Amino acid sequence: MTDISRAAAVEPAAADAAARGQDVLGPEPVLLALFVNGREHVVRVDPATTLVEVLRRELGLTGTKIGCDRGACSACTVWIDGEVASSCMTLAFDARGRAITTIEGLARGDQLHPIQQAFVEHDAMQCGFCTPGMVMSCAALVDRNPYCTRDEVKAAISGHLCRCGAYPNIFNAALAAAARMQTGHAGKERKA
Amino acid sequence: MSAPTSTPMRQQRVLYGIVGNGMEQRERRVPLDEPPPLAENAKLNVIGQPIPRADAVQKVTGRARFTFDVQLPGMLYARRVVSTVPHARVTAIDTSRAEQYPGVRAVYILDRQLQSAQLRDSKDEPKPRYPIVRYLGQPLAGIAAETERAADEAAKLVKVTYERLPHVTDLDLAMRPDAPVVFPGPTEQVATAGGGGAAPGLPQHGNVRGPDTGKMFGLPRGDARKALAEADVVVDATYRTQVQTHVPMETHGIVADWRDDGLTIFASTQFTTSVRDEAADMFGLPRNRVRVVSDFTGGGFGAKYGIGNFGLIAINLSRLAGAPVRLMLDRREEHVSAGNRPSSLQHLEIGAKRDGTLTAIHLESYGTGGVAAGAGVGLCHAWMYPCPNVTVNQHDVFTNAGPCAAFRAPGQVQGIFALEQSLDALAERLNMDPIALRDRIDVSGSDDSRARHAQRHLGARKFGWRERRRPGADAGPMKRGIGMAQSHWVSVIHPPTSCEVRITSDGSVECFSAAQDVGTGTRTVLAQVVAEELGLQADQIGSYIGDTRYPMGPPSGGSRVTGSLTPAARNAAYRVARDLAARLAPQLGVDPSAVVFRDGHIGVPGSPATWLPFREAVSKAGVVELAHRAERRDDYEGYMMVTPAFAVGKHGIGGVQFADVLVDTETGVVKVERMLAVHDCGRPINPKLTESQIYGGVIQGISYALYEERHLDEASGVHLNANIDQYKIVGSREVPEIEVHILEQLTGQSSTDARGVAEPANVATAAAIANAFYNATGKRIRTLPMTPAHVLSALREEASW
Repeated sequence: MTDISRAAAVEPAAADAAARGQDVLGPEPVLLALFVNGREHVVRVDPATTLVEVLRRELGLTGTKIGCDRGACSACTVWIDGEVASSCMTLAFDARGRAITTIEGLARGDQLHPIQQAFVEHDAMQCGFCTPGMVMSCAALVDRNPYCTRDEVKAAISGHLCRCGAYPNIFNAALAAAARMQTGHAGKERKA
Repeated sequence: MSAPTSTPMRQQRVLYGIVGNGMEQRERRVPLDEPPPLAENAKLNVIGQPIPRADAVQKVTGRARFTFDVQLPGMLYARRVVSTVPHARVTAIDTSRAEQYPGVRAVYILDRQLQSAQLRDSKDEPKPRYPIVRYLGQPLAGIAAETERAADEAAKLVKVTYERLPHVTDLDLAMRPDAPVVFPGPTEQVATAGGGGAAPGLPQHGNVRGPDTGKMFGLPRGDARKALAEADVVVDATYRTQVQTHVPMETHGIVADWRDDGLTIFASTQFTTSVRDEAADMFGLPRNRVRVVSDFTGGGFGAKYGIGNFGLIAINLSRLAGAPVRLMLDRREEHVSAGNRPSSLQHLEIGAKRDGTLTAIHLESYGTGGVAAGAGVGLCHAWMYPCPNVTVNQHDVFTNAGPCAAFRAPGQVQGIFALEQSLDALAERLNMDPIALRDRIDVSGSDDSRARHAQRHLGARKFGWRERRRPGADAGPMKRGIGMAQSHWVSVIHPPTSCEVRITSDGSVECFSAAQDVGTGTRTVLAQVVAEELGLQADQIGSYIGDTRYPMGPPSGGSRVTGSLTPAARNAAYRVARDLAARLAPQLGVDPSAVVFRDGHIGVPGSPATWLPFREAVSKAGVVELAHRAERRDDYEGYMMVTPAFAVGKHGIGGVQFADVLVDTETGVVKVERMLAVHDCGRPINPKLTESQIYGGVIQGISYALYEERHLDEASGVHLNANIDQYKIVGSREVPEIEVHILEQLTGQSSTDARGVAEPANVATAAAIANAFYNATGKRIRTLPMTPAHVLSALREEASW
């Protein structure tokens, strides 16, 4: 294995750099552009920095939480190119050029996403610390599949931990939001 | 505080009973200036309504600011240095390399240990240079640096030299006379602003401290030994429960900002006042120079009181560095050092007459809370069922393990697991239905006992109790069964609670309390009570909490907030309303006592011309600012017990839970398929939030019954499963169907008649599941958690009631 391919196995950013004939990045901070909630942000961080660290510390987007820092509780869930991801397990450099959506970017102004509205109505939270992550996973589910079942909701949040035990209300909130979105879906389909 | 005896009182008729189940009138002596009693919830406008949580939108949009999210200009990040051995004298701590690490701004070495028992006589141990290490993961020092990464790296560079001492982490090994001793002499655990505390002056032999004979609860009573010898039936059994860790989603932590003019602390806490008081005491500051802020706390479940060792470190680092310091525990540290529910080994004997009447309860219990005391198994033996002969001998066994802390119904969860199973066994021995047995023995007449009577029968009907089959009825390997168990908790009140309600000239209303919200809905219930009194809607009330600059609030622990805070809030709102009415009445030419607040208006019933919108009325009354503060008066019937830290009402809180389980007798896997929980909490202020807490209690109870267990390696003292991927907790897939019913029980004890629900919702679950396990398999499971190994072992036992 060459040094470059070994580096590529652990650090795609380094591979990019190597492919472009540059030196390996880091450990010194370097500039990094991220596209978060529809806006580009340029930050200077070292390549070992995780996405959640950039979101929280550099961008002040503290809605995304860290519960375990090892991908076991999903409190750090964000969307990357529309897919749910653990931002504590994602290097910020791996998120370059990709569309990142955080809890702060889910509502449109004051208009909550249907899943946020349903969480409020169904009291799908207690302490609220796991809530942003739960909301992001449930929103991804109902956006993708407004005809989801209770078991599919359970599967969608099976990687999340809510220690307060808000699960029954979370299931109900997700299904209620899905039902609301089915109407929207049907409308869109008719228009199409 | 409480009403002095000279407080003018009035005779007051109050509603008494369970709404929908026959109400009576009772007489109470009530302080003259308390508002008139409220009607049933159905006749109220805001109280009793399942309105959305006041801060729900902040929580679903990520705007809720937890301590974890606090970012101050110039803030430093701290990491602790923790011990890598379970028991040792520390001979040297070399921080020189850490100090040189780029970005490091301060280093602090702890000179004491909080969250631990202390030697009664410090001379039992030669004065050490550094605190003795008594468990692996014990904090020794802290580093503050400009980044988290730098703090983490620098912490690794601290070199600690240990002189190892023998250690013990296992309960049974620690009880042996030749076991290594965790403390070289008798210990005390004094209650502090940080909570905790164990009965003082108890004997201690080796690691075994006790017995605590339940003096606090009026025990011993009668002669249990004699009564057992004379009983018609004796149920004699041994139970074991595991160590459970709290795992709040937000770990323990604070942001400390030490300045010349005072100390500001942002804390993830269940009791802002305990953080203020402990910080002030430890640093010799007057309390008015310490401000504690807690906007949101990401769960606590009992363990988040006081500043803790992490707080000592963070405050010292802030003082040394001259900058704010954030110290949040990482997930491993949280599991290891931030608290746990102690284990228990309970030998319980129950004696009864042939008709089921209890004649004797005798309990010998041992449990370990690591280096902290507090392994008692509750007060259910003393107060739940009338029984003339009761003896409890409860012991703490010290081990080289992280300290225990209060955990949702401390002791009672373990105690009820054993007691309610033994009662199930007693019913089986007597060929009685378990519900009929409870009808016979649960007859104290207290509010909780009356509630449980209604709950048993409502629950049985809704759950399908009549379809209960004989134990072990299924022929195949998959065995299904149902069971029930009862809950009991005390009504804990924080007497110094008070609340301020303020109206300003534009008619806007605010209320203030230092109480925090750990997820129960403190802001919401506060707003509902004030809104009801002023004829407004809850979302019109500014509900400000979580700041020690506001009037003292209760701790969020022991099911205490709603019962303590809402009467104070209502009393304050009532004073504001009467004051406003007095100012308005001359303008309207009416008698102030005739003025009422309703539907956003103020006026006199029957005089349409007097009615004004709230805002106009405030303006007409000439109000620039009108504020009143009021206290939580004593329960109208007085208290059963008053300590410096809390008061206990004469009546408890009940609850009955039913479980439907499926046991795979080949693999030993237990699945809870359905739970039904019927609970009381006095007057439910917001049934939606009450229901949420009951869901949470049941789910945590299932998790405790089936999965959770801290594993320590005896050889090394290492906590083997100190993270979320290794410590199994109920997740979405294991949540069964849960049906919740809430009684509205009015008892005439305070101006809102509210009580809490968090602990009782958690108390009965494991016992209900265990009784269902028996009904499914015909075998008792007396060891928690019900993992396959414990289940298969239980199934191999001879069948016995």
